[in-house]
Amino acid sequence: MRHPRRFSVGNFLLASSAGLVFLFLMLPLLVVFPISVSSASYLQFPPPGFSWQWYQRYLDDPGWIDATIRSVQAATLCTVLAMGLGVPLSFFLVRSRLAGVRVLDRLAAAPIIVPTIILSIALYGVFSRLQLIGEWYGVAIAHTVLALPFVVILVGAGLRTFDEAQEQAAAGLGAAWPRIIWRVTLPQLRPSLISAAFLAFISSFDELVLAMFLSGASMTLPKKMFDNIMMEIDPTIAAVSVLQILLVGLCLGLTSLFGRGALTTTITR
Amino acid sequence: MQLSVKGVVRRFGPVAALGGVDLDVAEGEFLTILGPSGSGKTTLLKTVAGFEIPDEGAVLLGGEDVTLSPPRRRDMGMVFQNYALFPHMTVAQNVAFPLEMRRRPREEITRRVEEALRLVELQAFGERLPRQLSGGQQQRVALARAVVFGPRLLLLDEPFGALDRKLREALQLEVRRLQRRLRLTTLFITHDQEEALIMSDRIAVMERGRIEQVGPPAELYARPATRFVADFLGESNLLEGSLLDGVAQVPGFGGVPLAGAHPPGTVTLLLRPEALRLATEAEAAPCQGLGRVVETIFLGLSAKLRLQMDGGAEVLARIPLRPSSPPPASEGATMLVGFSPEDVHVVPRG
Amino acid sequence: MSSPGDSRRTLARRELGLFLLGLPALLMLGVVFAWPVLRLLSLSVEGGTLEHFEKATLDGLYVTVLADSLKIAAMVTGICLLLAYPVAVWLSRAGRVGAALGLFALLLPFWTSVLVRTYAWLVLLGRNGVINRSLRDWGWIDAPLPLLHNMGGVLIGMVQVLLPYMVLPIYAALLRVDPDLSRAAEGLGAPAWRSFLRITFPLSLSGVSAGCALVFVLSLGFFITPALLGGGRVIMISMLIEQQVREFLDWPFAAALSTVLLAATLVIYALIGRLTRGGRHATS
Repeated sequence: MRHPRRFSVGNFLLASSAGLVFLFLMLPLLVVFPISVSSASYLQFPPPGFSWQWYQRYLDDPGWIDATIRSVQAATLCTVLAMGLGVPLSFFLVRSRLAGVRVLDRLAAAPIIVPTIILSIALYGVFSRLQLIGEWYGVAIAHTVLALPFVVILVGAGLRTFDEAQEQAAAGLGAAWPRIIWRVTLPQLRPSLISAAFLAFISSFDELVLAMFLSGASMTLPKKMFDNIMMEIDPTIAAVSVLQILLVGLCLGLTSLFGRGALTTTITR
Repeated sequence: MQLSVKGVVRRFGPVAALGGVDLDVAEGEFLTILGPSGSGKTTLLKTVAGFEIPDEGAVLLGGEDVTLSPPRRRDMGMVFQNYALFPHMTVAQNVAFPLEMRRRPREEITRRVEEALRLVELQAFGERLPRQLSGGQQQRVALARAVVFGPRLLLLDEPFGALDRKLREALQLEVRRLQRRLRLTTLFITHDQEEALIMSDRIAVMERGRIEQVGPPAELYARPATRFVADFLGESNLLEGSLLDGVAQVPGFGGVPLAGAHPPGTVTLLLRPEALRLATEAEAAPCQGLGRVVETIFLGLSAKLRLQMDGGAEVLARIPLRPSSPPPASEGATMLVGFSPEDVHVVPRG
Repeated sequence: MSSPGDSRRTLARRELGLFLLGLPALLMLGVVFAWPVLRLLSLSVEGGTLEHFEKATLDGLYVTVLADSLKIAAMVTGICLLLAYPVAVWLSRAGRVGAALGLFALLLPFWTSVLVRTYAWLVLLGRNGVINRSLRDWGWIDAPLPLLHNMGGVLIGMVQVLLPYMVLPIYAALLRVDPDLSRAAEGLGAPAWRSFLRITFPLSLSGVSAGCALVFVLSLGFFITPALLGGGRVIMISMLIEQQVREFLDWPFAAALSTVLLAATLVIYALIGRLTRGGRHATS
């Protein structure tokens, strides 16, 4: 005779409410797919027919392509800066025993808490004097401020679980410091580093509020999308959205492949 | 209360964690499940506690079938490996928890919590939080919480694993005294054979989801039913020999006359290290051979010697040492090794 | 031979090295973050007058906007908590595959542009949007429901964006709760729901308050979603700040509003953080 497994009403309710919330979260992502391949020239649902025309229009419009290239440039520079500055900063914040390091820790995390609109107009004031408005690298520098906390939190979390005795062991075996960091420490932080780089890239690529103020006439992709939504809603933006969702999905998949769960620790700290 | 486990099977995918376990624990008995990790002992405990439901078989408590009852209806007190004390409640609140769940009146709860804490000598610690206590104290709180409501069965899941040796030994005796005093039927899980020998009325040795042998510690030690039990419990020399007309031919020792009837063929003989005699003390032994000392380990009260028998296997001998004893033989020395056939146990084939 | 002086010198050298590692990033944060923000805030009292603060905190119009922003932030936080808790519990109990899928369904929208999601809500909730169209086609309604350009639309959009910020800390707190604790509770006689209320829930409160702090603070400064989904009928303080700079070029007043917003943000964050420390047993 086989005994039945327990069935609980509570678990059923829990699973169904969780399922509904997941649906709510995914709904906006799912809805843009059918619209992006609609044959109608205005917003119509369900789409009357299938067509690639909106993807075609995106590719044919130099405005869209320029904005995309500018965003990729800015996000790449932002990633390089955020990693180049943030990884060493994490070492300092995690390992230093100076009294003031807790305050600096707060400073590094502050850009998450301080409303972006405040930073935006603050930088708008400074950048307009320096004639940086409309330069893609100006946007990238501003985005670096927002990306730094992610890098510091992720790499810091990785560093805290790393056993420093390994470095001492390596030093005892005759290795010099730069080599120790490069050969012993960083390889073990790889999941955190990959996740951090991905987050830095995406956070810049998606960012709108800073870009609205700082990108001027040379728009980034989100700024171009924003203007497009304000003017007329045509399905080109659905096509762009689909491409962006696929990009994020791809990066997320790659990161979970190589990042081993480091991603979820970001916001859980 | 009396516990019966009848034909319990639990599979995880293709693996059978429990492959048909039968076990009876008498009222007031302290029974230990002993086995290496992965032997299924934790699954068995979880099944008795109700955290696992077996695929087949039944769990009876005092004759009542509780196989499908949820844990909270089983009235069993359990001490977890890491104690599982509620970190946000004080010691007193932890101990009061099972009484609250049983909706006992306030005064009774206060009184019984106090009694239970006195029992484990922690009267003064009621208002502390668990993390403010030492490991041994936390363990005693867990014990008080498990016995405060008068459980029908006490379950102990390797509760001494996290403690250092001295503390562990003290607590083992304390738990044993408490169990005797409250006459609690107790199921104890451990992988530590020494602990099992010290504490138990009976031991059940588990391996690969089955119970190999159940019996009092002395019986299991002297007369293991299987090779696994012989090997797992204590140190052992397992000598292979061929049996003919009641005499086993053992390489290195010659003929060993065996009492009782055994089927002819290959036999496995168990010889505990303390049964071996060395040098002059071996001269009178009925079974003898020459051995070369491979290694000598000094242990204080005794010494352990590994010897390579001439034409036979390696054996382990343990000899008692008195302060006046000469130092045990050094490595490389050859000496007489002997034993008496009465100290030999024939391990049944299987 | 090493002396105490030597070890002190080694330590000092280590600290100096670490500091030099952190210095470039700290300089960058100072120049591109702290200094511009402080400079902006100082504009609010330019000319030694407090008139801009008076206007920001006494003028009925602006007080209403600030109150509305707080109200919206509170509502978003409440709704997020209600929706996030069951999800976090489910995730913490799901098997490997379930948890991986769940986290993917949580993180994919999380990292998708806010703009994409806001656009999708326009498509879904509009007068001729997917929902209204479907309901009309099925004959459930005659006139389109006002789902957009009102408070409801703003709340839906903001909750969808901020929900992961609530789920993840609670999920993390739940994972830190030893599953043996609820087993112990059940073994000691507690029904599953009581064991949850007495053991698991109190131990997850650190995650709850971390999530609430994050969601409240982020929604207080929200800009894009209310601007697009509110249709001008829902004004939050960040939109007001943008308007002062863009349309009226009134920097001192924008600075005063920013100061008020930042102060509210920091005070609330610190308050919720203090509550958190009260329930910090879970991690010990």
